[in-house]
Amino acid sequence: MSVLVYTESWNGIFRKSSFETVSYASETAKVLGTDVIAVSLEDVSDDELNKLGNYGATKVISVPNINKGDSQSAAKVFLDLASDSSVIICSNTYTSKMIAPRLSVKMRAALLTNVISVSEGSDIQIKRKSFSTKAIETAKSNTEKTILCIAPNSFGLIETGGSCTIEKIDFSESGSLSFDGQETASGKISISEAEIVVSGGRGLKGPENWGMIEELADVLGAATACSKPVSDIGWRPHSEHVGQTGITVTSDLYIAIGISGAIQHLAGVNSSKVMVVINTDPEAPFFKAADYGIVGDAFEVVPHLIEEIKKLKN
Amino acid sequence: MNILVCISSVPDTTSKINFTENNTKFDANGIQFVINPYDEFGLTKAMMLKESTGGKVTIITVGDTTVEAVMRKALAIGADQAVRVNMNATDSFSTATEISNYITQNSFDLIIAGRESTDYNGGAVGGMIAEMTDLPFVNACIGLEVEGESAKLIREIDGGKEMISSSLPMVIGGQKGLVQESELRIPNMRGIMQSRTKPLQVIEPSSNTKNTSSVNFENPEAKGSCRMVDASNVSELVDLLHNEAKII
Repeated sequence: MSVLVYTESWNGIFRKSSFETVSYASETAKVLGTDVIAVSLEDVSDDELNKLGNYGATKVISVPNINKGDSQSAAKVFLDLASDSSVIICSNTYTSKMIAPRLSVKMRAALLTNVISVSEGSDIQIKRKSFSTKAIETAKSNTEKTILCIAPNSFGLIETGGSCTIEKIDFSESGSLSFDGQETASGKISISEAEIVVSGGRGLKGPENWGMIEELADVLGAATACSKPVSDIGWRPHSEHVGQTGITVTSDLYIAIGISGAIQHLAGVNSSKVMVVINTDPEAPFFKAADYGIVGDAFEVVPHLIEEIKKLKN
Repeated sequence: MNILVCISSVPDTTSKINFTENNTKFDANGIQFVINPYDEFGLTKAMMLKESTGGKVTIITVGDTTVEAVMRKALAIGADQAVRVNMNATDSFSTATEISNYITQNSFDLIIAGRESTDYNGGAVGGMIAEMTDLPFVNACIGLEVEGESAKLIREIDGGKEMISSSLPMVIGGQKGLVQESELRIPNMRGIMQSRTKPLQVIEPSSNTKNTSSVNFENPEAKGSCRMVDASNVSELVDLLHNEAKII
């Protein structure tokens, strides 16, 4: 009966989105009148696993010797653990979307991704982002069991002050992929989870001018991002491209500098709560979608902005 | 290599999205349809692999007759043949079931789907196909090299990338990085002429069991008006973000 939630970890650490899925699972469990069991793959310390209790997990099942990219093994583990569960929850990450589709076929469970609301009843019906966030779809499950992938930053954290028990499971099988190592940009804040995102466009004239974008992001504790043309020309890596065909931003604050605001860009960022636009062109379409705007030269405005924020933070 | 590329026909990225029939159906009126941007990278990659190793590129699309224009475009870019499953693709499971049936009845070394489609954004069809056909799957694939019967891949992970090896056949969920934007192929005149006579087979769906249904759609709330701050008064912006929006 329990709601099962996959809490994804990165090098042994949970991120905000992991806790967010547990909070979401807790709200769902309340509706269904049951409890929450979290499942963790890869090696995660007991101290870290215990943090899940604070968001409503009563039990954590840790499966340390599975690489989370091994979706064949991960789906098998979840199939075993989910035999009594009608709802399984995970975050809408690339990794979860390798595991969840497999599990949905194995379990004959409906799979709903990009989810932004909790079902109000036990017949699962939720809202989800659709048409690259140009629309919100209400969708429902037609099956007894349902898997939900929750869009990061769309639900929020609810601390319960609770605690959890930990159970370890040994799983020795492995799937057919072999993993040859990772490269991670250490210390960088992930765009899809960031509370504040500072984004630059072609108005910045060249990659050598990104220093002030990074400095602004630094003083705000923000992630850096860029528009599609900027990543296409190679000024910034593709992993920073936000918009309809890049990463979707759902931050509390999105600051767009030198970005005109084409419909494809807006589609990927307009679920941010507050948008600030700095652009030399008063006719830039982005101003119509923004909350706050400055018509001005980024090379003059941004250094001032950094100074003012530093003053505020001190 | 025998490669299958799954292609979605989606509204052009500049489209305004509206709904009809009491907000239950997407309003295709006046909409230009294109190859799903994520699938374009997979199609170009498939062409490159075919050119270096020989073989054939087949595309498959699930949809009614209206998707054929986009399929012809994929043929004009260079795919050898096309298959259309005659069913509206409104649910990942039923779409994946039909594509998997075709894969099982034929034989492919590599199946390339997009990471997701830009219309319903399910992002599930590739993974479901892999499970249904019992093949390895790498999602959000940003690098692929084929060496004989095996492949070296790079997948995007949140905040980094992971290097992976796999045997073939396998399924990948592709995106930009598989090839660069500048390498994307567009149809030339000769391709367009040839595409008209290339085979486009229509097959009927086997079951059409839908695990999910759409209830209705809404457009996101429109923003209020933008509050303009003078460029010489940046401190006012910081003050507004701190005291009004309470966000910094």
